[in-house]
Amino acid sequence: MTGTVINIDRVVKRFGTFTALHEVSLDIAENEFFTLLGPSGCGKTTLLRCIAGFEPVSGGQIRLHGEDIAPLPPFKRPVNTVFQHYALFPHMTVLENVMFGLQRLGWSVVDAEGRAKQALELVHLSQFLKRRPGQLSGGQQQRVALARALAPEPKVLLLDEPLSALDLKLRQAVRMELKQIQRETGIAFVFVTHDQEEALTMSDRIAVMSDGHVQQIGAPREIYEAPANRFVADFIGETNLIEVPVLGISDGMAEVSLPGGRALRCPTPLSRAVGQGVLSLRPERIDLCPASEADLTVIATDQVYLGTDIQLKAQLAGGQEMTVRLQNAEATRLPERGTEVGLKLEAGAARLLSA
Amino acid sequence: MAAMAPGGASSSEIYKGNASRLLLPTWVVIGVFLLVPVALMATYSFLTKEFRGGVIWEFSLAAYDQFFLNRGLFGDEPPRIEWTYITIFWRSIWQAGLATLLCLLIGFPTAWFIATREARMRTVWLLIVTVPYWVNLLIRTVSMKFLIRDEGPLNAMLLWSGLIDQPLGLINTNLAVQLGLFYSYLPFMVLPIYAAVERYDFALSEAAADLYAGRWTTLRLVILPVVKPGLIAGCILVFVPSLGAFLAPDLLGGAKSFMIGSLIEEQFKGAAGNWPFGAAAAMILMSIVMVVLLVYARSQTREAKA
Repeated sequence: MTGTVINIDRVVKRFGTFTALHEVSLDIAENEFFTLLGPSGCGKTTLLRCIAGFEPVSGGQIRLHGEDIAPLPPFKRPVNTVFQHYALFPHMTVLENVMFGLQRLGWSVVDAEGRAKQALELVHLSQFLKRRPGQLSGGQQQRVALARALAPEPKVLLLDEPLSALDLKLRQAVRMELKQIQRETGIAFVFVTHDQEEALTMSDRIAVMSDGHVQQIGAPREIYEAPANRFVADFIGETNLIEVPVLGISDGMAEVSLPGGRALRCPTPLSRAVGQGVLSLRPERIDLCPASEADLTVIATDQVYLGTDIQLKAQLAGGQEMTVRLQNAEATRLPERGTEVGLKLEAGAARLLSA
Repeated sequence: MAAMAPGGASSSEIYKGNASRLLLPTWVVIGVFLLVPVALMATYSFLTKEFRGGVIWEFSLAAYDQFFLNRGLFGDEPPRIEWTYITIFWRSIWQAGLATLLCLLIGFPTAWFIATREARMRTVWLLIVTVPYWVNLLIRTVSMKFLIRDEGPLNAMLLWSGLIDQPLGLINTNLAVQLGLFYSYLPFMVLPIYAAVERYDFALSEAAADLYAGRWTTLRLVILPVVKPGLIAGCILVFVPSLGAFLAPDLLGGAKSFMIGSLIEEQFKGAAGNWPFGAAAAMILMSIVMVVLLVYARSQTREAKA
């Protein structure tokens, strides 16, 4: 087990009367790719800016290797940032941009140039040393920003939605590359994004945030398959949320009564029995089946062709909408609109959460 | 449709085509009110003077000769360098340069302050800075004279407070001219810098701080270079009119603070005038300004290429 590099301890941030962070606590381990994920306005960027030092905290401590850095100005913190819109110095060449931090740390020009060239090699930009940022494409600028932030070998690299300005193809290519660079350098990355796919593909661990609270921290698989609450289940991936009566809970398993009367045993993070709960059903873990074996019976209302998948829209007897994802195989036969369909819940499809 | 512009390049060509026709009035105005007068001035500087003002259409280098060379009272001595006018020019250049520097030192923080207020307050601050300039320059310069003269409110206040026991004697000095120039042209410094700072991306300052630059280093290595076009524009806008100013030196300065503007003005006013000499002085002044601007433009293109 590697040690903790950053320890966020009950950090509070207020802007006037608005509280952006409510006593947020989390630990980031060395060599870790850690993602802050959440919708816009959830406080993820604010937390990043507090770590960088651009925003003073209103309360709590931020420890870097045990030392409280909250009182330090940004230029005294051994962390570096990749900005959302890169913030490259427009009057300097690519090489000068990457050398900037090293020279401020007192490196000689020769040493700084050597290290800067290494950093640019790491991001495959060695041929553009003398260009200015304005002469580069968005993707290239993003690489310069990354090289500039990596060159001083920070204890932690902060990345503020660095891929959001790139187009889809490039974004997907850069994801893998970022992950690889993180592994090669061994620097802890703190990555802010609102894009769950980005978070799931790149991260070692994810902190899901909303309204200034951390909702859940865990590995991508854990977050997706064992969401701690309704918000996480709904925000990560697609899900069907259905209110159900709870029959009993013991040892992390719940027994609930499905619409239509069947009983179902499924995992739950809840420990005490509650009268009503919310059942989260992942659409890709639901399959069609004959009515006699069905856990749920629905009326097909619509279908959406998505290429690899086909999305089936359906309605429960109570009128509640449901979505099922079926693989687009040759054998897939879709029910006619308006017909009754039996649905089978596969293992891991359902999870009971508090209402 | 085939006629549709397929990309950015051709649509920008369309805009450029329109622009050249729309610019016609501008070219006419520049031609009639700028190029023609300059050509006239250049021509006049090579003509012979008429004693009651005006010119005789006869080629002569007398005006330039008079500016640079001293041939004695009757023009029969071997030529020596004439220092009178060169001294006046030199004084004008350093007065204008000093005024520019003062405006820059006061104007940059002012512009920075305004540009970093919230949007609504910026308009108010800009108004406060520019309102005094809605009053005619002559009136403002005369007011300045009344303010700083020995019997004026500035001295009265200082005397009353006991800070001084006799008037400062500001009026009719180079310092008074300096004050006048500084006050006359300050907004020309503030406005272009304000425009540059308003466009400045503050994420750049954050990036500099993130890369271990302190506040002064950030100012020196990032902020100033990025807003440089605004600083240069402000300096040109203050330096050039200061160099040719005649109201401030006339009204606030004494015999020892005579500047080019006044020298030229005198040549075209009254019976003592000498049009070719005034025109020659104006041409020399213009050449100096042009050389300064060209050197600057050259250094800019070289920097852009590097």
